[in-house]
Amino acid sequence: MGEGLRAYGLIAAMWVRSTMTYRFSFAMTLLSNFSATAFDFVVILLMFGQVEGLGGFSFAEVAFLYGTAGTAFGLADLALGQVGRLGKRVRDGTLDTLLVRPVPVLAQVAADRFALRRLGRVTQGLVVLVWSLFLIDVAWTPARVVLVPVMVLGGGLIFSAVMVAGAAFQFFAQDAAEVTNSFTYGGNTLLQYPPSIFAADMVRGVVYVVPLAFVNWVPALYVLGRDTPAGLPGWAAFASPAVAVVCCAAAGLAWRVGVRSYRSTGS
Amino acid sequence: MRLYAAVAAGGFRRYATYRVATAAGVFTNTVFGFILAYTYIALWDERPRLGGYDMPEALAYVWIGQALLATCGLMGGGFEDELMERIKTGDIAVDLYRPADLQMWWLSVALGRSAFQALGRGVVPMVVGALAFDIALPERPVTWLAFLVSVALGVVVSFAVWFLVALSAFWLMDGAGAVQLAWLSGLFFSGTLLPLTVFPGALGEVARVLPWSSLLQIPADVFLEKRTGWGLLGAYAFQAGWALVLLAAGRAVQRVATRRVVVQGG
Repeated sequence: MGEGLRAYGLIAAMWVRSTMTYRFSFAMTLLSNFSATAFDFVVILLMFGQVEGLGGFSFAEVAFLYGTAGTAFGLADLALGQVGRLGKRVRDGTLDTLLVRPVPVLAQVAADRFALRRLGRVTQGLVVLVWSLFLIDVAWTPARVVLVPVMVLGGGLIFSAVMVAGAAFQFFAQDAAEVTNSFTYGGNTLLQYPPSIFAADMVRGVVYVVPLAFVNWVPALYVLGRDTPAGLPGWAAFASPAVAVVCCAAAGLAWRVGVRSYRSTGS
Repeated sequence: MRLYAAVAAGGFRRYATYRVATAAGVFTNTVFGFILAYTYIALWDERPRLGGYDMPEALAYVWIGQALLATCGLMGGGFEDELMERIKTGDIAVDLYRPADLQMWWLSVALGRSAFQALGRGVVPMVVGALAFDIALPERPVTWLAFLVSVALGVVVSFAVWFLVALSAFWLMDGAGAVQLAWLSGLFFSGTLLPLTVFPGALGEVARVLPWSSLLQIPADVFLEKRTGWGLLGAYAFQAGWALVLLAAGRAVQRVATRRVVVQGG
């Protein structure tokens, strides 16, 4: 574990140095990474230019949901976003090179072409989150205060687990990288809006099947003083870290199965 | 002409080979369609007739957007990475030797690809959307044909934009930043996130005359029969006008780039 993290750090640092060779291009990608996600928020602003509330939620509350989901996803995307490229390596056989090195494969795949520009997404999410904290009308208790950083970090872990599980799936279906996008990017979009606007079956799906609801919906609704979704008990608001641990364990298992069943193209 | 038809057919066949990727893309488009549809329902519940659309029309807009995402290159033309890589590595020299025009060659590839994407990635999300939601469908059969013509023009405009972006690699070498900026403007100003008719005031007016409105907003309006008769001709003229201007610009840039080209690599 420690060895893997050290390798990850070294490889990532190498890619950061390499990126810095093309400074202008890096500045442009960082800026556009920031603005790309900012446009998501512009859409929400445009929507609230037309309406007072969405599904019974005020602008401040939707901004809070947006900020928590965006920051959590941004952290996962920065740390592990590169695992989505695994399918390409399986297809062209370059994964073999990684297998013979005395470093955990996951660390190598995750740090491969480490994209520092993804900091733009994290920053944008954090800006909205902090702003929303000033806007929302909440009776702050110690539990609620603690829940905010806990949900962002736990949510980041849950998204990371989804990314690793998606990458493991690519050992079997190399071209299916896009399926993961519907859970990562799609999940991020879903969680930016209040659960009250979606069909009950969709909400149940992200609570009980792919537990993305624990990224922010469940804890955030507690912070906002609203009912928990999909008939969950009240204490579920504090379950995000536990859910994150279970998700990471499941993703680790899936990864192992994937690596074991890998067969090189031989070319 | 026969040459370019063969290249287009090759583009079609090439993307038809990636069956798993196509299925994965259809799945993702459908998931996003559902998510967007519910946000639109919440929005149109509060403000019926927003942007001149009623609820079934707004929902049709969502699914048209998902169906055209790959076809009209709303999130990337699908060829620019390859072309830029060829410029970066110097392989472009081989392309310039060929007895074919660079721009026409890649346009043919793009048309073949889009034709496949329309069938492979457009039809299924549209059908799922029509079954799962109450969406507006054309009343007159001829509208379907008018819609396809508008989509075809949108594909050409999209190609022209992405070709210009790709040529920037002659000067920038690493064109990732330019691609991202183009991706961003395309996503926002094509109306993929929110119909351009919902954009307020000056922002809406500017967005509606930019080339990106040819990619989704105009085809969708043709589909929803907001543009008929002379309005339809006006829409076609707008799209064709942008296509010509941007293709000419691409041609001019290509001429400058090839005159000063210093091939990379050894």
